Amino acid sequence: MRRLAALLVCGMMGGLCAGSAQPATDLVHKPAPQFVRTGLTGKQVDLKSYRGKVVLLNFWATWCAPCQVELPRFEAWQKKYGPKGLQVLAVSMDDGDAPVKRTVRRLHLTYPVLLGDAKLGDAYGGVLGLPITFLIDRKGTIVAKIKGEADLKQLESRVKALLDESPETR
Amino acid sequence: MNSLLKCVVFLSFVGFTVGAQAQFSSPASAPLSASTVPQAQQMQPAELVTLLKTDGAERPVVLQVGSRVMFQQAHIPGSKFAGPGSQPSGLALLKKVTGPIKKDQLIVIYCGCCPWGRCPNIGPAYKQLHDLGFTNVKALYLANNFGDDWASKGYPTDRGE
Repeated sequence: MRRLAALLVCGMMGGLCAGSAQPATDLVHKPAPQFVRTGLTGKQVDLKSYRGKVVLLNFWATWCAPCQVELPRFEAWQKKYGPKGLQVLAVSMDDGDAPVKRTVRRLHLTYPVLLGDAKLGDAYGGVLGLPITFLIDRKGTIVAKIKGEADLKQLESRVKALLDESPETR
Repeated sequence: MNSLLKCVVFLSFVGFTVGAQAQFSSPASAPLSASTVPQAQQMQPAELVTLLKTDGAERPVVLQVGSRVMFQQAHIPGSKFAGPGSQPSGLALLKKVTGPIKKDQLIVIYCGCCPWGRCPNIGPAYKQLHDLGFTNVKALYLANNFGDDWASKGYPTDRGE
């Protein structure tokens, strides 16, 4: 009977865990690599200028299905938690900006979106699979790296905890 | 007891199905998934590593059918960038790149942008090569992505173009 119960739990958990993203530890607890890029709107995006905010840095692409799930949620978070000090930054790893602009329009994204390249990917430990999301605290330290589609409930809790941890210092 | 066992099997299946859907369901815009590539035409990374050590006719032509930015960061040595299979421009480049190749040549395509079941590039690229008459096409099975299933495993990579 116990064996059957164990089998049952195992079977269900195995299924439910099949889509889970893998957390990675590289770069975590280290200062976020700096970058200055021109965003899609023509404005400069300087990571340093967001010091004092909690930054959610998301690497994505228009052809990446899991990314399409995350982007609208990040937009909702930007609206909800922006006043408390959250800043979402999205780096598209597309090969050109035309499809990126279309997606930004379609999803009504208001946070800065910029085009990434191999150099930026390398700086963040190699973006060799999408999506990848980094959570950066108010001091500019990477506190989490999520490879693959994030568990959005868990990530939102983490964002809220970071925002509550310390008030905005800018 | 028998009915209890049936219940366990059923619930386990339900659990698997829910999880699989969580992993593989994608927006309606997603093109032909990599899951459309028959299993017999999929190649495991270790098998390709062995083949890359061979010379002559046995050595496959390896084509990356994903993003150029990702190709520039890391790619399989000797592989060529052939354009993202999910985009018309990518399929046009794939046609051009494979133009001079003999129809029975072993071609291995790979992407690794996303988990296998959600990769938008492999399926269309595989179909195009099939439609062009190539008879010996394999798709490299990268379960999660190129980073996890190739680079992190210590398999060889090159950078740049």
